[in-house]
Amino acid sequence: MRAFLSILALVLLAVFLQLTVVSRINLLSGSADLVLIFLAAMSLQERVRHMLLWGAAVGLLVGGISAAPWYLCVGAYLTVVGLGRLLARRIWQAPLLALLVVTMGGTLILQGSIFVYRALFETALSLSEVFSQVVLPSLFLNFLIAVVLHPLIRDLGDRLYPLEA
Amino acid sequence: MKTGFPRSLQRIVIGLVAVGLIVLALGGYFQPVSSWFQRLVVDAQTWFSDRYLAFVDFLTVPRDVASLRQQNAELEAEVAQLQTQVIALQQQVTEVQVLSALLEFARANPEYSYMGATVIGRDPSPFYRYVIVDIGSNNGILPGMPVVTNQGLVGRVDAVIAEAARVQLITDSASAVNVRLPASNTEAMLVGSVTGDLSLDMVPQDATVQPGDVVLTSGLGGGYPPNLLVGQVVSVRQLEYELFQQASIQPNVDFSRLQFVLIITNFKPVDITPLIPATGP
Repeated sequence: MRAFLSILALVLLAVFLQLTVVSRINLLSGSADLVLIFLAAMSLQERVRHMLLWGAAVGLLVGGISAAPWYLCVGAYLTVVGLGRLLARRIWQAPLLALLVVTMGGTLILQGSIFVYRALFETALSLSEVFSQVVLPSLFLNFLIAVVLHPLIRDLGDRLYPLEA
Repeated sequence: MKTGFPRSLQRIVIGLVAVGLIVLALGGYFQPVSSWFQRLVVDAQTWFSDRYLAFVDFLTVPRDVASLRQQNAELEAEVAQLQTQVIALQQQVTEVQVLSALLEFARANPEYSYMGATVIGRDPSPFYRYVIVDIGSNNGILPGMPVVTNQGLVGRVDAVIAEAARVQLITDSASAVNVRLPASNTEAMLVGSVTGDLSLDMVPQDATVQPGDVVLTSGLGGGYPPNLLVGQVVSVRQLEYELFQQASIQPNVDFSRLQFVLIITNFKPVDITPLIPATGP
């Protein structure tokens, strides 16, 4: 119960910070995705349970707030969690590298799916402009935040799910 | 053995010497001597006084340092509190300035009814240029209502929940606003982009558009009320082989610092979608 409430509080904090602070900090036209990085970092902690449910819930929450279709957010965040779970078992010796890989994969999947959706159904977008002005700067910012967030989430995982002696 | 002078003569001599000295002193002949003596006495007194004060300081300074430290801490706390108050007041002044400008705009345009709103968030995705405001359907806000500031057009309400609304900015890449340029009596379409830049499209080739021309909403299409200020033309791109000219627009509104907006509540957008002929076979 303590772990559930703690993760819930952190998810809400991440969403609020994303809406009020992080989305205002732009590099060219890109911005970081704190929620995605939080999910990626949590999913790499093998002891944290029910991450798929958290991914779906966070996707619904962000999809409800954002103008992007909710199913794209749910799909992208579930993919991030799945990728994190997969890499947690394979690259367990280099957790930071795993986090960067999941962050990169998640960013490309989320922004790629939104780009395809907007280009198909809403407006014409230039792929090169999107890549250079939005995707790459966002990826860079996400990497920066991931490096900072990694030790914090690892400590959090140790506190929420302590190893039995 | 007897001395050479009798006692009475000694007294007379001493008396005469004393009188002589007094007379000389009264005559001012001893002034250098008395000055030297006075200086000697004053110097000695100063030396003793300094040593005494130093000794008193030595005994009392530790107590004064403690009280001074306490006083300093209290003053520092007071300064910090005052600085906090100053920052809060400066913020309030800024808010009041923005709100008074919005009020002035509302007074200058009495044909519309306005409702003020605070921007509380931005879309989490960098692909979407939307903001979230703190009033919603409980306050009578409906999708499609135009959003402005005293500087000009901001966008329109895209989605509404009970206590909040999402506003699509005119800089969003899917935004299209019908505008006119009074200087050249031309109509065009203002479109956003993924980078947030605004540009004019569908400008006829024969129109004379100059940098600095003001851009206003035209009201065509029924999406926005007419004559709302949008921005100014920055540059024009005219190529002979293209059907239309294009122009870059500098918006009047600073979208990166959007804090307060006005929602025009008595404007009903017209949905012309059924009038647009369907494409395809």
